[in-house]
Amino acid sequence: MTTTASPPVASGTGLPDVSQITSSDSALRRFLHGLPGVDQVGAEARAAMLSTRSIKTSAKAWAIDLAISMIDLTTLEGQDTPGKVRALCAKALRPDPSVADTPRVAAICVYPDMVPVAVEALRGSRVKVASVATAFPSGRSSLAVKLADTRDAVAAGADEIDMVIDRGAFLSGRYLEVFEEIVAVKEACGEAHLKVILETGELDTYDNVRRASWLGMLAGGDFIKTSTGKIAPAATLPVTLVMLEAVRDFRATTGRQVGVKPAGGIRTTKDAIKYLVLVNETVGDDWLDPDWFRLGASSLLNDLLMQRTKAVTGRYSGPDYFTLD
Amino acid sequence: MSERLSSGGAGNRISVRKTPKLFIGGKFPRSESGRSYEVADSKGHFVANAAMGSRKDARDAVVAARKAFPGWSAATAYNRGQVLYRVAELLEGRRSQFVDEVAAGEGVSRSKATAAVDAAIDRWVWYAGWSDKVSQVAGSANQVAGPYFDFSVPEPTGVVAVIAPQESSLLGLVSVLAPAIVTGNTVVVLASEARPLPAVTLSEVLATSDVPGGVVNVLTGRTDEVAPWLASHMDVNAIDLAGAGDAAATELQVAAADNLKRVLRPQRTDWTATPDLHRMLAHLETKTVWHPIGV
Amino acid sequence: MNTKKFDYAPAPESRAILDLKPSYGLFIDGQFVDTLDGRAFKTVSPATEEVLAEITEAGQADVDRAVAAARKAYDKVWSKLPARERGKYLFRFARILQERARELAVLESLDNGKPIRESRDVDIPLVAAWFFHYAGWADKLDHAGFGPNPKPLGVAGQVIPWNFPLLMLAWKIAPALACGNTVVLKPAETTPLTALLFAEICQQADLPPGVVNIVTGAGDTGRALVEHPGIDKVAFTGSTDVGKMIARSTAGSHKKVTLELGGKAANIVFDDAPVDQAVEGIVNGIFFNQGHVCCAGSRLLVQESAYDEVLSSLKRRLGTLRLGDPLDKNTDIGAINSAEQLARIRELSDVGEAEGAERWSPPCDLPVKGFWFPPTVFTGVSQAHRIAREEIFGPVLSVLTFRTPAEAVEKANNTPYGLSAGVWTDKGSRILWMADQLRAGVVWANTFNRFDPASPFGGYKESGYGREGGRHGLEAYLDV
Repeated sequence: MTTTASPPVASGTGLPDVSQITSSDSALRRFLHGLPGVDQVGAEARAAMLSTRSIKTSAKAWAIDLAISMIDLTTLEGQDTPGKVRALCAKALRPDPSVADTPRVAAICVYPDMVPVAVEALRGSRVKVASVATAFPSGRSSLAVKLADTRDAVAAGADEIDMVIDRGAFLSGRYLEVFEEIVAVKEACGEAHLKVILETGELDTYDNVRRASWLGMLAGGDFIKTSTGKIAPAATLPVTLVMLEAVRDFRATTGRQVGVKPAGGIRTTKDAIKYLVLVNETVGDDWLDPDWFRLGASSLLNDLLMQRTKAVTGRYSGPDYFTLD
Repeated sequence: MSERLSSGGAGNRISVRKTPKLFIGGKFPRSESGRSYEVADSKGHFVANAAMGSRKDARDAVVAARKAFPGWSAATAYNRGQVLYRVAELLEGRRSQFVDEVAAGEGVSRSKATAAVDAAIDRWVWYAGWSDKVSQVAGSANQVAGPYFDFSVPEPTGVVAVIAPQESSLLGLVSVLAPAIVTGNTVVVLASEARPLPAVTLSEVLATSDVPGGVVNVLTGRTDEVAPWLASHMDVNAIDLAGAGDAAATELQVAAADNLKRVLRPQRTDWTATPDLHRMLAHLETKTVWHPIGV
Repeated sequence: MNTKKFDYAPAPESRAILDLKPSYGLFIDGQFVDTLDGRAFKTVSPATEEVLAEITEAGQADVDRAVAAARKAYDKVWSKLPARERGKYLFRFARILQERARELAVLESLDNGKPIRESRDVDIPLVAAWFFHYAGWADKLDHAGFGPNPKPLGVAGQVIPWNFPLLMLAWKIAPALACGNTVVLKPAETTPLTALLFAEICQQADLPPGVVNIVTGAGDTGRALVEHPGIDKVAFTGSTDVGKMIARSTAGSHKKVTLELGGKAANIVFDDAPVDQAVEGIVNGIFFNQGHVCCAGSRLLVQESAYDEVLSSLKRRLGTLRLGDPLDKNTDIGAINSAEQLARIRELSDVGEAEGAERWSPPCDLPVKGFWFPPTVFTGVSQAHRIAREEIFGPVLSVLTFRTPAEAVEKANNTPYGLSAGVWTDKGSRILWMADQLRAGVVWANTFNRFDPASPFGGYKESGYGREGGRHGLEAYLDV
C-alpha cells in the first residue's frame, strides 16, 4: 500500500504533486488510503512505553520551562468576558509574578470576538493571539460563514487561526471537500498561521487520524491539532504519536515542516513531560520548539509553575501560591 | 498359508502366490537391495519371502513421506476423516484375508484373529472420527492479560517413523498408524519383523483407498537394521518406538536426539482396549498465534 | 547523540532496597546450607564487572542431598497435601512476589544486566502472573483434559538459563508445584541471585521444607541434576546443543523430558504492514533484553517493495535507543550478560562481516567497564550466511528480503529451529495463511515477543519439545 502512495509523492524527496493527488475525490482517497495503516495496540503500546521515561533534575527543569513556553493558554467558554480574557493575558505575560525568569507562554487562544481584547492586552509582547474559527467547535456551518469567521478574526489581529475540519464530510469520505475547505480557510488567513483541528475524538481510528493529518498538511495547514477540547477524548499520547509520525513523514516527503498541537486534557506537569518525550523520541530536536509544538491547555500552567517552584526551592508548593485566572 | 492358497483352488490348480513388497510413495517396489527374508507362520512353515528393506529403502520412504506431507497436512480434516473411514470400508471387504493372515502369523485362533481384525477396522473408524475434533480438544483460546486474540492449535509434527508392534501384527499396527496420520502427519512404518504380511496387505488396502501416495510408507525387514536409520534421520520429526525392544529403544532414542525427534517410548499396551488420545497428541505440535485486537 | 536538546538526566533506580549477603549457600530442605563437596564462585554485575556475591557451586553430594530432600518432601508432605492447599502456597508466592517486586527487579537488572524498565515492567510482573495462573490450576487438574485424577511425576530437576532468570524459574516451578511435584532447580551460573532471593521467599511463604530446593552452579551441577537417578522429570531451557545432550543422557530412563531451546525466528514484514508498529516490533523483536531471547526475531525478512522504507525507518528508530546503566530507568539496551556471551556475539558478527554482509550500528558510546555490544544490523544477508542460520543470542539483526508470501514462508521455515515467527501485514487472510504455513510454536502477527501465563509457548523441530504456559503446560508435570 505504501507503494501506491509513492508515485505522486515521489518517494523520499521532492514535493508531492498535490494537484495530482487532489485532482479528484477518488485520487485523494487512493492516496490517503494508501498510507500505511496504524495498528492500534502497537501504537498505544509505544506511547505507553515512552510515558514510562523518568525525567529528573536538570532534564525536568529544562522540560518544564520548554512546556511553559509551548502553552497556548486557552479560554473557550460561553461565559468568557473581556475581563476574563484580560486576566488570562496578564497571566500569559507573567505566569509567576514572583519569579522573574519564568518563561512566557506561546499564545493566548480565544473565541473570535475576544481577539481585539487579547490583542490589546498583549500588545508589544511576543505572546501570540490565536483564535478559533470556522464555526468552532462543531464546524457545522456554511463555507461562507466559516470564511467570514476566519477573516473577522484575522482582521481583528489574530496571529493564528485554529480551524476545525468538517468531520462529517471526512467520515463520509468526501475528502476533497474537506481539502478544499482547508485551502479556502488558509487563503482567508493571509499572513496568519493556520492550525487544523482534526477533532480526533470523533475520528475513532488512528488510520483516520493519519489520513486527516495528511489531508490537513496537503491543504497547507501550518499546524495540525488534535482537538477542540469540547469532545472526549481530547488529546491522547497515542493520537499525538500518530500525528507526530505524520509530520515526520510529511517533511521527509515534501521538505515542509508542520507543527503539532495536542489540546485538551493535558493538566499536569507529568502529562506535559510525557508529550515532550514523545516529541523527542519521535521527531526529535526540530520539533522541540514553540514554533513547532504547542500544548493547548489552561490549568496545566499552574501545575508547571508549581513544579518549577519545587525544582528551585526543593520543597512542595501549594495552589494558594499561584494566581488563578 | 501356502497350504491354504493351494487348497483354495479346485482340483489340481496351482495357486498364484503374491510377492510381498515394500510400499513407498504409493508404489510397490522390491527392496533396492534385492534382498528378501523368509517369513514363516507360527508353526514355522514357509509363508512368503518378504522384502528385506535396507537403509536406502528407509531413505526413499522418508523422502516420499516428506513429499506427501504438505498436501496431506493441508487437506481438510473432513477429508482426512473420510479417507480413514474409506480404509475401514476396504479393510472390511478383505476381512477374511486379514483373519487368515493374523491367525497364521500370530498363531491365534480364528475367533481371536477375527476379533483382532474387527477391532482394527473399528479403530480406523474411531480415529477417522477424531480428524475434526482433536483440535477442539487439544486447542484453546487463551485469555491473555492484554488486547490480543490468542489461540493455540495442534498441528502435525511432520514425518513420523513408526516401529510397529512385533506381536500384534495388524491391530497393533493400525493402533500406531492411524493416530499418526489422522492429524496430518505422514508415516514411514517398519512392520513387525516376523509377521509382516498383514502390513503388506494393509499397504494394498491403503493403495486402493484414497490415501495419497507417500502418506503411509511401509517397510518390511530387520528391525535392528532399519530402525537406526529412521531414528537418526534428520528429516524425520518423530519416532514411535512401540515395536522396539527395551535395549534397542534406548539406543534409538539416543540417535533420535540428533535432531530432537519427538520420541514415544515403548510401553506395555493392550491393543484391544479403547485408546486414549496420547498417541495422537504425541505427534502433534501446539502452535500459538497472537494478534492485537484493535480498530 | 550528545548534543540533543532534551538530554535525559540519569534516573537510576536505587540499590538501597537490596540486602545482598557477601556469600550464599545452597537452598536445600528449607534452609541455606554449606556445600558438602562443591566450591565457591563469584557472580558479577555484567554492567560494571563488580562482584556482587560469592555463590556456591554445588557438587554431586549436594545434588544428592537436594534430590533426597525433594523426594522426602514429595513422599511425606507435598503429595499428601490437598490440592487446594497446594494452590494456596502458589497464590501466596504470587502475592509476595508482587510485594517485593521492586527489590526483585533491581536485583535482576543488577545480576543480569537487563534494563530495569524490562525487569520492572515485563519480567517481574510476569513472574507473579505465572504463579497466580498456576495456583488456580492446582485443584482443577481433574478438568484439564488429562482424564480424572492425573498424578504428578514426583521430583522434577529443572535447569534454567540466564536471560530471564526469575521468569524462567517461575515458568518451571509454578506448574511443577501446581501439579504436585517437588523440585530441585539450578539457576544459571551467571544469574543466581534472584533464585536465591526466591529461596528466601519460600521461607517467608512457609513452604514445607524440601518442596523447592535451589542448587547453584554451572554445567557440572546441571549435569549431576539431570542425570540423577532420583528425579522423575527433567525440564530444561537453554541451548539446543545442551538440549540434545540431555535428550541422549535421559534416553531409556523413566524421566519425562521437556526442552525449550534455541531459535532463529523470522520476523516477516510485508509492504502493506503498519510500518511504524512493524518497526517497533522489529526493535522489540531483536533488541528486547539485548537479544538474549530464544524467540528473538533475529532474521528480519522484508518484502523488497518495502525494503527502503522499512530500513530507513528502522535505522532512524535505532538512533533513539538508549544504551547504558541497566539500573537507569531510561535505559533501553543493557549489558551483555557475560564476557563469554560477548565473545560469541563478537565472533559471529565478525563472521557476518567476513562473509560479506554489511554491518551497521547507530552512533553509540559504550561504557568502558562491563560487557557491552551496540545494537547492530546486518544488511545484504542471505540464507547461506552463518548469521542467518546460527543463533547469535545478542542484539544483532540479520536483514533478508523476499518477493512473495511463498518465498517468505520458504525462507522462514528453512532452518532447523522452529520456536517463533512474526508477521506484519494489514491483510487479515494473509495473516492466517502465514500463521498456518509457518513451522513455529509461536506466531506473533502484528506484534512480537508477547508472553502470558495462559498462552502455551514452545518449539517445533530443534527448538525443543513440550509447552510451557496454560493448560498445555500442565502436561509436562503430570503422568499422562
